[in-house]
Amino acid sequence: MNTLGNKTTYREALREAHCDAMRADPRVFLMGEDVGKYGGSYAVSKGLLDEFGVERIRDTPLSELAFVGAGIGAALGGMRPIVEVMTVNFSLLALDQIVNTAATLRHMSGGQFAIPLVIRMATGAGRQLAAQHSHSFEGWYAHVPGLKVLAPATIDDARGMLAPALADPDPVVIFEHALLYNLEGELSGEWKSADIRSARVRREGTQVSLITYGGSLWKTLDAARELAALGIDAEVLDLRVLRPLDTAAIVASVRKTHRAVIIDEGWKTGSLAAEICARIVEEAFYDLDAPIARVCTEEVPIPYPKHLEDAALPQTPKIIAAAKAVLGK
Amino acid sequence: MSDVIPLKPVTLPRELALTLLTDMVRIRRFEEACAQLYGEGKIRGFLHLYIGEEAVAVGAIHALTTQDAVVATYREHGHALTRGISANAIMAEMYGKCTGCSHGRGGSMHLFDAATRFYGGNAIVGGGLPLATGLALSEKLKQKQIVTACFFGEGAMAEGAFHESLNLAALWQLPVAFFCENNLYAMGTALARSESQTDLCAKAAAYHLPTLRADGMDVVAVHDAARTACAAVRETGGPYFVEFQTYRFRAHSMFDAELYRDKTEVEEWKKRGPIHNLTNRLKAQNWLTEDEFLAIDAEAEREVRAAVAFAEESPWEPIATLTQDVYAAP
Amino acid sequence: MIEFKLPSLGADMDQGKLVEWTVKPGDHVTKGSVVAVVDTSKSAIDVEIWHDGTVWELLTQPGETVPVGAVMALLLEAGETQEQALAWKRDHAAVPVAAYATAAVLPPAATVTSAPSTPAHDSPAAPAPPTLVSPAAPAARTRVSPAARKRAAELGVDLAALAGSGPEGAITIEDVEKTGKAGSAAATTPLNRMTEIRKTIGAAMTRSKREIPHYYLATDIPLARATEWLAARNTQCSVTERVLMAAVLLKAVAHALKRHAALNGFYRDGRFEPANAVHIGVAISLRQGGLIAPALHDCDSKSLDELMRGLADLVRRARAFTLRSSELSDPTITVTNLGDGGADLVHGVIYPPQVAIIGFGGVRERSWVEEGAVRAMPVVTASLAADHRVTDGHLGALFLADLSRSLQAPDKL
Repeated sequence: MNTLGNKTTYREALREAHCDAMRADPRVFLMGEDVGKYGGSYAVSKGLLDEFGVERIRDTPLSELAFVGAGIGAALGGMRPIVEVMTVNFSLLALDQIVNTAATLRHMSGGQFAIPLVIRMATGAGRQLAAQHSHSFEGWYAHVPGLKVLAPATIDDARGMLAPALADPDPVVIFEHALLYNLEGELSGEWKSADIRSARVRREGTQVSLITYGGSLWKTLDAARELAALGIDAEVLDLRVLRPLDTAAIVASVRKTHRAVIIDEGWKTGSLAAEICARIVEEAFYDLDAPIARVCTEEVPIPYPKHLEDAALPQTPKIIAAAKAVLGK
Repeated sequence: MSDVIPLKPVTLPRELALTLLTDMVRIRRFEEACAQLYGEGKIRGFLHLYIGEEAVAVGAIHALTTQDAVVATYREHGHALTRGISANAIMAEMYGKCTGCSHGRGGSMHLFDAATRFYGGNAIVGGGLPLATGLALSEKLKQKQIVTACFFGEGAMAEGAFHESLNLAALWQLPVAFFCENNLYAMGTALARSESQTDLCAKAAAYHLPTLRADGMDVVAVHDAARTACAAVRETGGPYFVEFQTYRFRAHSMFDAELYRDKTEVEEWKKRGPIHNLTNRLKAQNWLTEDEFLAIDAEAEREVRAAVAFAEESPWEPIATLTQDVYAAP
Repeated sequence: MIEFKLPSLGADMDQGKLVEWTVKPGDHVTKGSVVAVVDTSKSAIDVEIWHDGTVWELLTQPGETVPVGAVMALLLEAGETQEQALAWKRDHAAVPVAAYATAAVLPPAATVTSAPSTPAHDSPAAPAPPTLVSPAAPAARTRVSPAARKRAAELGVDLAALAGSGPEGAITIEDVEKTGKAGSAAATTPLNRMTEIRKTIGAAMTRSKREIPHYYLATDIPLARATEWLAARNTQCSVTERVLMAAVLLKAVAHALKRHAALNGFYRDGRFEPANAVHIGVAISLRQGGLIAPALHDCDSKSLDELMRGLADLVRRARAFTLRSSELSDPTITVTNLGDGGADLVHGVIYPPQVAIIGFGGVRERSWVEEGAVRAMPVVTASLAADHRVTDGHLGALFLADLSRSLQAPDKL
C-alpha cells in the first residue's frame, strides 16, 4: 500500500495497476524475464509473485521471440496476457512476432481472430547504458498498423493506462521511459478515467506548442517554465498515445499558438516527430507562423560518456532554444 | 568427512600456472577497484562484475593464439585484460575517456580492441553468437586455421540466436569454440527455471557438436578443456562446445537485491574461489610462497592504481565530434 | 475497339520493354493468346491478351519501354469495320504512347510543372505548356509564414512593404496585424471587413442592452437662428470653408457637456470615470452598410471651422477605412445624426463603456409657437439615451435644455 496519502511513484503506480488487473480478471497474467523471483528488472512486479503465484507471474527464459510469441498465442486463445519485455532493446529479438503476427493476425484472418495482448517495455536513454541499451523505438512501433502504442509519462497514466489497454481487443504496446520509474508524485484521481485515445495538454499556453511524449515530457515542462520566465507562453501537449495519434489535439494546439516544437527522443530521421510535423503541415499549414522545429536525438548511436550522451539527447536548453527560435527571439 | 576440497595437483608448467594466477588476481583487483569507482560515480551505466568467474576467461583465453579471435559478453573485463588489452585502456574506457579501448564510446559493456582481435563487448544476450559464427566463416573462406572463441552465458542458450548459430556452425563446419560460462543464473533466473534440458552439453550435442564439461572454478581444468577444444577446432575446422561450470560471487549488475539465491549458496561457492583454489594447490606443491603471492597481488594493485590514474588524467572527448564513427570517415 | 495495355505482372512491376510482337496486324487472336514478349526487371515474359479480336494497329515498337497500363496495340472486335475503327481512333485521339514513355523516364531530380491551374500571385501569369524544370533554388522570396500570408490576404496588407520579425526575418501574423490595424484597413476585402464590423456592432450593442439601464429623453429644438446664422456665415466663405449644421450641432453638444460632465466618460468596473476631454464619437454610416463612430477629438476646444474640417476629414477617412486606432478607441460620448435618412427621433443605444448617446433627427420646417405666435421654422428633435447607473432623467433634461439654449446663440459657440 502507499504510504502518505496519494504520494506514490511511477513504478508503484504500475504495480498497483497490475494488481488491480490481476485481481479483476483471472485471464490476466504477467510474464517476462525475471518478473517473478527477481521482482522485475525495474522492480515493477516486486511482490506480485507472492500474491499471484508462479502460474500468473511467469518467469521466462531469455527467449524474447518465444515468450512474446507465446503471449500472442495465449491472447489468441482467450487469455489477457501482459508481457514484459525488459527493454525495447531486447524487443528487437521479438520484433518478428510483434510485427508479423500480433499486428497482422486480425487483418490476415479477415477479422476472425483477435490478439488482446499488452506488451510493456522500458525505453529510452539517459543512464549511460551506451548504444545497445539506450534505444527509443516508439516511433518504429507507431509505424505499424494493427498495434496501439502508448507512452504513459505521468504517475496517473502509469496507474491508469493498463486497464484500458487490457480491455482493448487489439495488441497494445506500452513504453515506460526508464528514467520515469522513480518519478514521485501524487495520484490525482484522473487515472481512473485514463483513456488510450487522446493527447492531453499538460500546460496551457498561447505562443508555441511544445509537443512531446514519454520521458521528454518533464524536460519539456521544465523548458516551458523557463520560457515563461522569459515572457514566452508555451503550451505543452503530452501525446500519451503514439498510435493512433490524436491529430485533432495536435492541430488544435497549433491553431491556437501558430508555432510548434516537437520533442522526441527518437533519432530525427524517420522519427515520430517527422510524422507529427507532416500532420501539422497537412492539416494546419495556414495556421503556422513559423517553421516547425524538432528537438530529437542526434544521428548517432548513444555514446557512453555522460557529456556525449547528454549532447546526443533532447535537453531542456535545446527545447528552450528551439522555442525561442520559432518565435524569432 | 571434511569440507576441504582435496587439492588436485597442478599439472601445467609452473610458469604458465603462475601466469594464470597472476591474470586472475589482476582481474580481481581491477574489478574490485571498478566496484569502488562505480560507487564514487566515476564509472556509470551497467557494471557487470566477473568476480568468482575469473578462471574461465583466464584458462580459456590462454589456450588461444594471438591470431585467434575473441567474442565476449557484457561481463567481459576479465576477458579483455587476459587477452592483453592494457588495464589503462580498459579503465579509461570505463571512465568514458577518449583514451579508452573503445575511445570512450562503449563503456564497461563494450570493450573492443582490433589489435588483440577482441570483438566485444556485446550487451544483447546471445548477440555475440551469430557474430562469432560469421567471423569463423571468414576464416574458413580464407582457409586459415584460426579459432574464434565465443563466450556466452547459459542464459543465452534460451535465445534463438544460440540454436541458430550452433546449427549453422555445425552445418557449415565453422571453426568456433563455443565457450559457455554457466554461472547458474540468467540474471536472476536459475538454470532449472529457464532450461528444460539442464544438461547444456546435451543441447549442443543435439546439433552434432563435440562437447566437454569442465569445472569453471578450476583454472587448470578450464585451460585443459579449452586446449582440447581449440586443438579440435584447428584440426577439424568445425565447432566445439565447452560448458564451464562457474559462479558469480557478486550481483548480476551493481544493483541487484539477490532475492533469487541464498546467501549460504554464495558462501559455499566462495569456498571454491578460483584464486584461492589455485593458490592453495601451488603452495601445496611448493610452486608458490605466500611472499610470492603477495608480490603478485601487489603488482596487480600497482597496475590497477596506475590504470585509475591514467583514466583520471585522460581527456574527455570534445562534444564537437559527437557524431563521428557512425560511418567510415569520408 | 479493344485496347491492349501492358499488364502488371507483379506488384513491383511498373514498366516493361517490348521485346517483340508475336502477332502482326490482321492476325486473329483469341483469349489467352500470347501477343507480345515483354522484358521486365526480372525476366522476359510472354504476355497474353484477354479478348478475342483482330490485330489492327501495333502502337509500340520493339525496344520501346512503356509503363504499365500503356496502350500497346488496338484490336478490332468481331464485326468492327475499318471505318468504325478510324472513327473510334479520331474520337479517342489515340493515346500518345510516347508521352507515357517520356513520363516514365524522367530524370528523378526533375519535376513536371504545369502553370495554368493555380493563378498564385507569384507564378507566371500566362499559362505555359508543361515544362521540365530542374528543382534549382527559386529566386529569393520574401519569407512569410503561412499564417501571416493568410492573414495578410484577409486584411489586404501588402506583404512587400513589411519587415519581418520572425525567424530568419520572416513576416509573422503579428507583423501583418500591426500594419493592418495601423492604417491599411482600406485594402481589406469588403466581405470580411463588413462581417467583422457587423460582428463588432452586434457584440457591443448586445452588451449595451444587456448591461446598461438606458433612460430616454427627447426635446424639439428650434433652429431658426442657427440656420440663419449659418447661412449668413457660409455666404462669406468659399465652398470648401462652408460649415454644415451637423458641425454646429456637435459644437453645441460639446458646449453643453461642459456643464454636464456626468454624461461624458466611461462606466468601468462598477463606477463612472469622467473623461478629461470631449471626444465625440460621430456615428458614420458606411456605404456597404454598418457604421462606425470614430472620435472627433477635443470638440470642446476646437473652433467651429476646425470642427467642420475635422468632421469632413473623419467621414472621408472612415469611408476609406484609414482611421487611426485612437479614433476608434477613445470616444467619450456618441452623437448620431439620422436626419438624412428621414428619421425624426432617435432612441440611441449607448456604446459601452460610454454612458450616453445623443441623437438628432432630421432638421425640418415645422410649426413652432414662439412669443404667442405660430410660425414655421426649422426644428430638430434631439434625444438623449443615458446610463441610469450614472445619471438620472433630471440631469438629462437639464442637458437637453442647455443644448437647446446653446443652439439659440450660435455665434457664441
